[in-house]
Amino acid sequence: MNGTPKPPLVAVVVFPGSNDDGDAAHALQGLGAEARLVWHADTELPPGTGGVVLPGGFSYGDYLRCGAIARLTPVMDAVRALADDGAPVLGICNGFQILCESGLLPGVLRPNRQLQFVCEDTVVRVESTSTRFTAACGLGDELVIPVKHGEGSWYADDETVHELETSNRVVLRYATDVNGSVGAIAGVANGPGNVLGLMPHPEHAVDPLLGPTGGVPILRGLVDAARDRMPMLV
Amino acid sequence: MKAVVLVRPKEGILDPQGQAVEESLRKLGFPVSAARVGRVVDLQLDVSDPSEAKAQVERMCGELLANPLIESVEIELEPT
Repeated sequence: MNGTPKPPLVAVVVFPGSNDDGDAAHALQGLGAEARLVWHADTELPPGTGGVVLPGGFSYGDYLRCGAIARLTPVMDAVRALADDGAPVLGICNGFQILCESGLLPGVLRPNRQLQFVCEDTVVRVESTSTRFTAACGLGDELVIPVKHGEGSWYADDETVHELETSNRVVLRYATDVNGSVGAIAGVANGPGNVLGLMPHPEHAVDPLLGPTGGVPILRGLVDAARDRMPMLV
Repeated sequence: MKAVVLVRPKEGILDPQGQAVEESLRKLGFPVSAARVGRVVDLQLDVSDPSEAKAQVERMCGELLANPLIESVEIELEPT
């Protein structure tokens, strides 16, 4: 060994129909992680995996319901086990839909209220800093991150929404009504704050040459959390 | 047995697809005041006992065919 610390290993799961896996891996590499693409049929994540990204796309052609088939893939058992162990797991767009269908996150993503695919930069407000992904943000920080989805209208019943609102699990909220999401919610976390799902695409907002960079703090939070786990893995 | 599973958007749940269908039907001149769009799943079951078949299909609905947060199901069984 040459003494240089090893970069944290983050797995990016590739489902049939994923299309943001490459961008996610590229963005993670740029933030100091080693990103490894992992096929959905694998039963294990690479040894030493410190975090996971479920990327955007249209897994299984959105058959039945978005994310409903993908959550049954072999790799998801390994993702669930890693999440239960406290590792950071980030679901972006279709990844968020998969996390909701798998029960790792509450709620469900429905077709956009305006009946249209929405593809634009959005302003999202940080509503909770008690997750690994927003720990470096300030409450109320506004991040500009693009969305591109037809089924991103998050829904849960009133009781669930109340519980999430009062336990700092509503993590990101659109500054405007983008798709009819209940409470304009753009991202929610699990109880411990190590699993986050969001419809906006942080991996598309990391390079000032290409536009806004609101995705950086969220992805950096993931990479930092993955790095923190490395001594535990030795 | 054969099973027909009707999956519908729950009462009160926004159904943009149904709204689009409703608006299109009105454009065609039909006096429609509401449309809801769900889906049908036809199943051929290797089970002959109706109560066993019903129990199995109910489990299928809970585990995959419908999302109970936003969808309701109706199960019809037919002997084959």
